[in-house]
Amino acid sequence: MERIAPSHIDWRSVVLVPLLAVFTALVIGALIIVLTEGPDDVVPAYVALFRGAFVGISAISETLTAATPLIIAGLSVALGFRAGLFNIGVEGQMTVGGMAAVFAGFALSGLPLVIHLPLAILAGFIGGAIWGGIPGWLRAQTGAHEVITTIMLNFIAYRLIDYLLKQPAIIREGRFDPISKDVLPSARLPQLLDWITPSLRLHGGFILALLLAWGIWWLLFRSTIGFEFRAVGSNPSAAAYAGMSVTATTVLVMAIAGGLGGLAGANQTLGVLYSVSPGFTSGIGFDAIALALLGRSHPGGVVLAGLLFGALRAGGQVMQVRSGVGIDLITVVQALIIVFIAAPALVRALYRVRAGEGAGQLTRGWSA
Amino acid sequence: MSGGQLSTTLCSERHVRRHPLRLELRGITKRFPGVVANDGVDLTIESGEILGLLGENGAGKTTLMNILYGLYSADEGQVLIDGEEVHFEGPGDAIAAGIGMVHQHFMLVPVFTVTENVVLGNEPTGALGRIDMQEARREVREISSRYGLEVDPDAVIEDLPVGIQQRVEIIKVLFREAEIIVFDEPTAVLTPQEVEEFFEIVRGLKEAGKGIVFITHKLGEMLEIADRICVLRRGKVVGEAIPGEVTPGELAEMMVGRPVELVVEKSPADPGDPVLEVSDLVVTDARNHRAVDGVSFTVRAGEIVGIAGVQGNGQTELVEAITGLVIPLAGHITLNGRDITRATPRERHRLGMSHVPEDRQNDGLVLDFDLTENLVLDSYYQEPYSRGIVMDWDAARDHAEELIRQYDVRTPSVDVLASHLSGGNQQKLIVAREFARDTALIVASQPTRGVDVGSIEYIHRRIVEERDEGSAVLIVSSELDEILALSDRILVMYRGRIVAETTPAETTPAELGLYMAGQVA
Amino acid sequence: MTTVDVPAELVRVPAEVKRERILGVVYLILAAIVAFFFAMGSEGDATFRLGEAGQDIDLTFSAAGFSWVVSAIFAFLAVIHLTRGIGRKSNLVLSIALVLFAFAFLAWAAAGSSFSLLGMLRTTVSAATPIAFGALSGVLCERVAVINIGIEGMLLTGAFMSALVGTVTNPWVGLLAATLSGGVLALGLAVLAIRYRVDQIIAGVVINIFALGLTSFLSSQILVENPDRFNRPGVLQAFRIPLLADIPVIGPILFNQNIFVYALWISVALTAYGLFRTRWGLRARAVGEHPKAADTLGVNVYRMRYLNVLLGGLVAGFGGAYFTLGSVGAFNENMTAGRGFIGLAAMIFGRWHPVGALAAALVFGFADSLQVRLGILDVGIPSDFLLMAPYLVTIIVVAGVVGRARPPAADGQPYVKE
Repeated sequence: MERIAPSHIDWRSVVLVPLLAVFTALVIGALIIVLTEGPDDVVPAYVALFRGAFVGISAISETLTAATPLIIAGLSVALGFRAGLFNIGVEGQMTVGGMAAVFAGFALSGLPLVIHLPLAILAGFIGGAIWGGIPGWLRAQTGAHEVITTIMLNFIAYRLIDYLLKQPAIIREGRFDPISKDVLPSARLPQLLDWITPSLRLHGGFILALLLAWGIWWLLFRSTIGFEFRAVGSNPSAAAYAGMSVTATTVLVMAIAGGLGGLAGANQTLGVLYSVSPGFTSGIGFDAIALALLGRSHPGGVVLAGLLFGALRAGGQVMQVRSGVGIDLITVVQALIIVFIAAPALVRALYRVRAGEGAGQLTRGWSA
Repeated sequence: MSGGQLSTTLCSERHVRRHPLRLELRGITKRFPGVVANDGVDLTIESGEILGLLGENGAGKTTLMNILYGLYSADEGQVLIDGEEVHFEGPGDAIAAGIGMVHQHFMLVPVFTVTENVVLGNEPTGALGRIDMQEARREVREISSRYGLEVDPDAVIEDLPVGIQQRVEIIKVLFREAEIIVFDEPTAVLTPQEVEEFFEIVRGLKEAGKGIVFITHKLGEMLEIADRICVLRRGKVVGEAIPGEVTPGELAEMMVGRPVELVVEKSPADPGDPVLEVSDLVVTDARNHRAVDGVSFTVRAGEIVGIAGVQGNGQTELVEAITGLVIPLAGHITLNGRDITRATPRERHRLGMSHVPEDRQNDGLVLDFDLTENLVLDSYYQEPYSRGIVMDWDAARDHAEELIRQYDVRTPSVDVLASHLSGGNQQKLIVAREFARDTALIVASQPTRGVDVGSIEYIHRRIVEERDEGSAVLIVSSELDEILALSDRILVMYRGRIVAETTPAETTPAELGLYMAGQVA
Repeated sequence: MTTVDVPAELVRVPAEVKRERILGVVYLILAAIVAFFFAMGSEGDATFRLGEAGQDIDLTFSAAGFSWVVSAIFAFLAVIHLTRGIGRKSNLVLSIALVLFAFAFLAWAAAGSSFSLLGMLRTTVSAATPIAFGALSGVLCERVAVINIGIEGMLLTGAFMSALVGTVTNPWVGLLAATLSGGVLALGLAVLAIRYRVDQIIAGVVINIFALGLTSFLSSQILVENPDRFNRPGVLQAFRIPLLADIPVIGPILFNQNIFVYALWISVALTAYGLFRTRWGLRARAVGEHPKAADTLGVNVYRMRYLNVLLGGLVAGFGGAYFTLGSVGAFNENMTAGRGFIGLAAMIFGRWHPVGALAAALVFGFADSLQVRLGILDVGIPSDFLLMAPYLVTIIVVAGVVGRARPPAADGQPYVKE
């Protein structure tokens, strides 16, 4: 009864299904525009979306700038999935990490960029790692499901920065609305394209994101730690029988995933915003879930999916301004994309293509 | 059609009386990807007889019965009742047609009461869909008294011993007025004494005019209970026989297609120093009961100690404590003189302990890892497979290829996922991983469960070789034959204690059975 | 020997004992806090007002004395936990203890003045209502082994639909629309989880993201542009149930509420009766515990799952309407703020039982209203921290300090019919 595992990659499930999923989601998005705005708005809206994403150096810069935090946050979720954990807490981790990075970015002064910037980034990582490590520790020690605890920590993180943004040490001088002091220039991620036009926002975080993707790939597939992560994710019982520590792995995975979330936040605060104000994460942590699924929890896939979602975000901004169709449509489109990715049978039925199995069991229930 | 008068007198007045049935399967064929599970099977069953369906694991017995019960649909062939063709869309149709099934793994809801389990799907209901529990209880009591199936209608299933749970399954079937009852491997979890009681019940059902299909791979039982035996091999009916007209050897040959060797070739043991010493061990189970209750024993280098016992008498917990998956409540475990009572599984590995777990798919393998990954699952952190945290996959792959060859794992390559191997090859994969190290102690739970005959022989031979090379071996098995064939010494576990110690030469299966049932102090 | 490092889920030996010990220590800490901060820190009498406006039912007592009593009770519970153990009832005991702790806290805060306890308990019930509907939705789904993480999205969609439809037509039609919209989302979840066997937690998260995106989009496109036409559904006012509402203290709390609260009492009673007394319930629970056993007895596993998930969606959609029609009277983006997830925690705390879920929801509701009241009393704790209270309580609850309940055995597993 032995069957040979497919040594080649099934291009249908890796390439065709995602493309069809994106296409179908955009079609349904068009239907929603027709229903809310009228049929005349579809073409202008989508043209604006496309132009805003791809046409011209400014559009491409915006797409890559938007893709950067998405890639990092997507890596966080993907890493969790690989180890059987569902990190819905990226929003909170970004919030805390972003705040920590900003604090390091304005509180430390007189340092050169080569020291200050890495320190600020490290602060972001540590902040996120703590925020992610808590649910990991709770999961390992008590069995509390990370889906609930990470969501709760998101809300707690929002309240936490509300509080912090009222403190004299943090709030910007002369302001009464909640906004932090500015990050010093020595802690900002350097602009990459300002030599062309100063308004191009693409910054060093994009390179950091690509390095992180490579690093996570290496960690997962070339290191003993990643081997443990994947074994615990696939079959925690067999991993324990083989002498791996499921508890230690769970805490470590969540801490690293949280740290990545923190880096995504730091990327926004050190590379784009230079300060923190409530809601600065703007849903990137939730988009990351869709993105990790679209990228099949593989770092390479996450980068590609991140670029796509970055394009949708950048284009969506332009669409909102030019045609008045709200950017939240992009969230709906992304949710639809996951539906089709998670249930390829739907795509199969729609387009009569043969496609592989769905995402399968990626998470563990309450009791496991 | 005989037995009609009997069945009419025994039928409940409340229910419509059923006629005795004659059930016929014609040319049943069922294919699964890569296998033909049933290949043109013809079979008849009549009321008032016991038909034995004999075959090895994987011969297609269960598939055939699942078709009969409407759980699978056949690719070809017909099912006829009293000469008329029927189509079962699901178990509901089969039940309505008078067919009942007692599954190998009981289909009981553990947290429900006996009564709730019995009436599920056929509940006596009052207004607003309210279940009439009084009436339900009354019916359960009536059936249990009529057929001598004593059981408390309000007991919760998970608190009952397996023997009683099986009675509940039978009551379920009778509650639905089945005329043909299929028993799938009914004795697998019973003690020899419980098996006797069970046979009495089955004979009683036959007297009451029921037709019985009895599926097993145990020859002795088959010869004792069946009126007619039908042998299945690789999905085909390869012969029919009447007990008394065949010898066990002939049946066995029919079943496996060649003469079988039930003995393992081995020289007498030459025990050396104690390797594993367990003293006064107490281990609790998930529900905080003392599953292992004061166990002490020693396993020496160069000997195989077999632990016999009916499943659920603490063997699982004992093995978990020895291998470090559970910390015992009290007592001590030493390995080559070192106290390992609270050591981690990894520390135990490093001290030379190997473990072939009971549940290979859940505990032994990561099914969606390839063979290389599975073969370094417990040694990946050591050289040459890694240096620091950097994996050396080339070294791991070389090692895997070597083991695959050495242990005769049938696979096209080491890049195949473990889930794609057959059960026997999966087991050999685990054996390869666990035996490849320098082993001081091998702990093997049910090492050949659900494995084909060829692999069984191979694994047994390997275990004996390991013993001859000086390893201490602890085997836990619920198969008495395996215990008797492999062990140099036998310990019997009953209710968390070791109740007997003997050797294969000094004992008989019957005597072991008595110990396993707690009949001898 | 080195320290033990065995996966927590595999060390089953002292789990129960450990839990008793942890709880014992928790009670000791609570006893100390109550004694040192509340008892020694309060002066004068605290007055809890239990009457409605015009009624004069006051509870006046010595704040310090009360705290000493509570502290003594905690010390006693600690001793029991550390010696004999409490066992099965420890969740219940802990709930009561947390409420006592809160009262000691309130007595401390209100020492020397007075404060309306009645108002707080009424807020508790109303704050608990949407959480309880969410929890009930969870019970309905998980009893047939479908994990519903999408409750949050269903509540949110219910809130949105009741605002939109409720403004365009009238609040009652809005309520109906909310209920149905929850059902539609549930159907989506059911198809993904049951038919396509998508990982249920992912399917639920998809529902949430979809609901959040769609309601935010539609809200920005439609509601915000013309709130008077689309986002002024009005509030379904509380109405007194004659006689019952006249019972002192209990009457105003339980029987002078709006339709949502009454619907909650009825839904909980019906669900409890249905699940444990009727044919539907027996079959549903069998499907959740051992679907194959149910299948072999001719119970249609898929149909039971679809039915229950759909019911769960209707309940959640109805509960979602509370946020607009039962509370603030208008829709805001993401206004459910995690209440669906808190509902899930309430379901776990309530051991998958409708009445348990209601009781747990009341504990969360209490935490919610406590935070509001403390803001008013101005006890010197920053309001942002008070706002964290419900979320913190949720984490504590699911963290198993309050016991590891056993979920339905097949929870989260798709059923594959052979």
